[in-house]
Amino acid sequence: MDERAFEEIVRAESGRVLSALIARSHDLDLAQDAYGEALLAAWEAWPVDGVPDNPGAWLTTVARNRMLDRLRREAQRPRREFAAVRMGGIATVEVEDVEAQAARLRDDPLEDDELQLVFLCCHPALSQEAQIALTLRTVSGLTTPEIARAFLVPESTMSQRILRAKRKIARAGIPFRMPEAAELPSRLAAVLHIVYLVFTEGWNSTGTADVVRADLCAEALRLARLLHRLLPDEPEVAGLLALLLLHDARRGGRAGPHGELVPLVEQDRDRWNRAQVAEGVALIERTLPLGIVGPYQVQAAIAALHAEAPTAAATDWAQILALYDLLERLEPSPLVTLNRAVALAEVEGTEPALRILDTLVSSATLAGNHRLYATRAHLLARAGRFDEASADFARAAAASPSAAERSYLTAREAALRTALASNGT
Amino acid sequence: MKYMLLIHTNPDAWAGMPAKEQEDLLSGYWTFTEKIKASGEFISGEPLEFPETATTVRVRDGKRGMTDGPFVETKEHLAGFYLVECADLDRALELAAEIPDAKFGGVEVRPVSNFGPS
Repeated sequence: MDERAFEEIVRAESGRVLSALIARSHDLDLAQDAYGEALLAAWEAWPVDGVPDNPGAWLTTVARNRMLDRLRREAQRPRREFAAVRMGGIATVEVEDVEAQAARLRDDPLEDDELQLVFLCCHPALSQEAQIALTLRTVSGLTTPEIARAFLVPESTMSQRILRAKRKIARAGIPFRMPEAAELPSRLAAVLHIVYLVFTEGWNSTGTADVVRADLCAEALRLARLLHRLLPDEPEVAGLLALLLLHDARRGGRAGPHGELVPLVEQDRDRWNRAQVAEGVALIERTLPLGIVGPYQVQAAIAALHAEAPTAAATDWAQILALYDLLERLEPSPLVTLNRAVALAEVEGTEPALRILDTLVSSATLAGNHRLYATRAHLLARAGRFDEASADFARAAAASPSAAERSYLTAREAALRTALASNGT
Repeated sequence: MKYMLLIHTNPDAWAGMPAKEQEDLLSGYWTFTEKIKASGEFISGEPLEFPETATTVRVRDGKRGMTDGPFVETKEHLAGFYLVECADLDRALELAAEIPDAKFGGVEVRPVSNFGPS
């Protein structure tokens, strides 16, 4: 059987199967081990018997049986060791309770459980790093080495991070259930933020020389689609999906032939994924009229305006500026102010925009931030203030965590210095 | 599951509070305690005397030594605690947020270990 085809099935089913197993056992490790054994069994059985009609159900059943076997064996062990490994629920379980658990394992629906798994992995009691690692491991089904590579840490570090997170879930009693209604908005915002962080990590590719780590972007998109399927009535979920679709659609134009960074205004728009743009635009156009506008929807609307402009010159900056005004009211942050300044420069000129950037230089969050210097450098260059622009390009390059971005900024700085030298300034 | 809710207070905030607000803070504790007693989640809870009244004991090489003051000298200090029994961490966090000093200081939520013979 084709390895890639098997991987596809695994990635499609992992989240649902694991959530079902975890819901019934309350034990991430037990569920994951059993699932691993089921995958091995599938790898051996399916090439011979054929892939079952419902691979998810097959995997769940086999994993469930493995869990039962293990629970029966471990019920014989002294309690002390048991309590050290498990969360409260399993430790004192009797054999018939295990049968009751098995009975629960046979029930549908799988869908509810997967959402609870997402909320579990993105619980605010875990650090953001831990939330990302756990979500990618359990919901997305990425392997620990894959996640370690994606975030450029040693495998042992990532392994420890995931282990500590699972331990905290067990020992602190982080529950596997939907949050209370009063908590749902903030908990959902936490989940969306994690998906967003995964995407931006892929998009900015802080560690690698590639401009875009397509893997993480694709994974974030997959997670956003999952959330949209599970929560079709949540406008911010649709907003995030639309935003990621529209952003990701531009991936083809973002890198030049040698992997170098190409800024938005210079990108070849023919290399954008028009079908994905259409999907993102349609989604945000359906969502905005619901009238429960939030920051992801506004960002998606801005992305839609960029994506729909046939050329950079045709961009509707006035509309974009209006949207940034709205975004600043909904979710004020120095980064939003910075991005609004870019739009302002297009609509009202570089001077008013530079005045805004001056106020940001003293902001605690943006001090030394490469994006602030890069933005200011571009505007200063446009205003003819080449010396200052050159200095800011250098500052931005020094502060940027992305190798591709550093190359781009250094090249701009060099180009400016060449122009200055040839002008005899 | 059992949790310790360790209440850390911010003395500057307290000092800057008008008398009425201080009264409200204290009666907030009474209300909270009654509420979790009624729900059956209360196991125990006490306010603690100020950290200046603390003494820390350390035994090294069989010798007992003591220092005047708390284990760690910090501006925000441990002011009291609750020991509660509740369904899961989410409930414990919910309770912690209702404790009056959560608004000015912070409440650490620490699960009680369930290792050892049960």
